[in-house]
Amino acid sequence: MTTHEIELKALMLASLDGDAASHRALLDRLSRHLRAYYKGKLAGIGRDATEAEDLVQEAVLAIHIKRHTYDPAELLTPWVHAIARYKLIDFLRRSRASISDVPIEEADAIMAHDDNVDAESTYDLKRLMQRLPEKMRCSIEAVKLDGQSITEAAERCGISESGVKVNIHRGLKTLAALIARETQT
Amino acid sequence: MKTNELVTLLSTNLEPADRRSVPRTLYAALAAGSIVALGLTFVGLGVRSDLMTTSAFIFLVMKLSFAVVIVGLALVYLTRLARPGGERKTPSFLVAIPFLVIVVLAGISLALAPSSHWDKMIVGNEWLECLISIPIIAIVPFAISIWAVRRAAPTNLARAGAFAGLAAGGMSAMAYALHCTDDSLPFVAVWYGGTIVLCTLAGAALGPRLLRW
Repeated sequence: MTTHEIELKALMLASLDGDAASHRALLDRLSRHLRAYYKGKLAGIGRDATEAEDLVQEAVLAIHIKRHTYDPAELLTPWVHAIARYKLIDFLRRSRASISDVPIEEADAIMAHDDNVDAESTYDLKRLMQRLPEKMRCSIEAVKLDGQSITEAAERCGISESGVKVNIHRGLKTLAALIARETQT
Repeated sequence: MKTNELVTLLSTNLEPADRRSVPRTLYAALAAGSIVALGLTFVGLGVRSDLMTTSAFIFLVMKLSFAVVIVGLALVYLTRLARPGGERKTPSFLVAIPFLVIVVLAGISLALAPSSHWDKMIVGNEWLECLISIPIIAIVPFAISIWAVRRAAPTNLARAGAFAGLAAGGMSAMAYALHCTDDSLPFVAVWYGGTIVLCTLAGAALGPRLLRW
C-alpha cells in the first residue's frame, strides 16, 4: 500500500463524516493526480492537453457527488481510478473519439504523478449556474458560494431546510450534466 | 473556472455522506420490486387454487427457491457493481450456478421419465403465459432496480444493467410461481430460466443507456 493510499483514504473517511477541511485537502490532492493522469492520457492519444482541466473538474465533481458510493472496507485508489477512467471514456465517447485507444492499466496509474498547475477550465461555472432552476441556484449560491448555514439558506430561498439540502444535491448533479454538455467537442 | 474554486465550493458547508446508502437503497428497491411483482400476480393472475396439495406445495417451494436464490445473488452482485470499480474483482460466473442446477435437475427428471412424457414436461400447459408474464411482471421491478443503481455510480454499465435485469427477472419469476400450475422441472428450467435470461440480456442492452452518469 502506498503512502498516497493511506493518507488519502484517511482524508476520505474524515470527509465522509462531514469534515470540510479534510474534504478540501482530499479534492485538492486528488485534482493534482487527476490532472497528471488526464494530461498523460490525452497526450497519449494525440489530444489537446488543455482539455485535461475540464476532465479534472468533471472527475472532482463526480467524486464529490458520488462519495457515498465509496466502501470504507475497500482501498480508495481503485475507486478513484474507476471514476477517473469512467469520466475519460465518457468524455472521449462524447467527443466521438475512439475509446479503443484507452489502454488498460493498473489502478495505481491514477496516483503515479501529480501536477499542480491550476489551469482554467473552458466553461464558466457562474454562467452555467444561471441555467439551473431557481431553487437549486439559490441553494447552491447561499450555502456553497456565500457560505451561509442551511437555516439561513432556507430563509433566503424560501424553502425548507431539507429542501435546501436536496436542491444542493440535485443542483450539483445538474451542473455536472451541464458541464458535460458544455465540454462536448 | 479554476479547479481550486470548484474545490472550495464543494467543501463549503460539507454535509456528511451516508456510507450505508448503496446497499440500503438496493435492498429497499428489491423489496419494493418484489411487492409490486407479487401485487401484479395476485391482482392480474391470481394464486393457484391447488396450493394445499402436497405436490403443488413442493413445486411451489422449489420454484420459489430457484427465484429467491437468483434475486439474492443478483443483490450481492449489484451492491458491488453499483460502486465505481466494483466490476474489477467480481467474476460473474457464480450467477450461472442456479441455472446449471435447475438444468441438471431437469435432465435427471427427463431421464427418469418415459420419453412419451417429455413433450408435456417441457412445454406444459401454460408455456406461452409464462413466457409473456415473467417479462411483463419484471418491467416495474426492473425500473425500480435501475433507479436504485443510478443513485450509486456503476462503471460497467452493461454488466450493472444485466444484473438489474436478472434481479427483476428473479423477482418476477418468484411472483409468477404463485400462479403457475405447471409442475415439472424441465418446464421451470426452460420457461423460468429462459425468461430470466431474457430479462438479463435486456438489462445488459439497456444498461449503457439507462445508467449513464
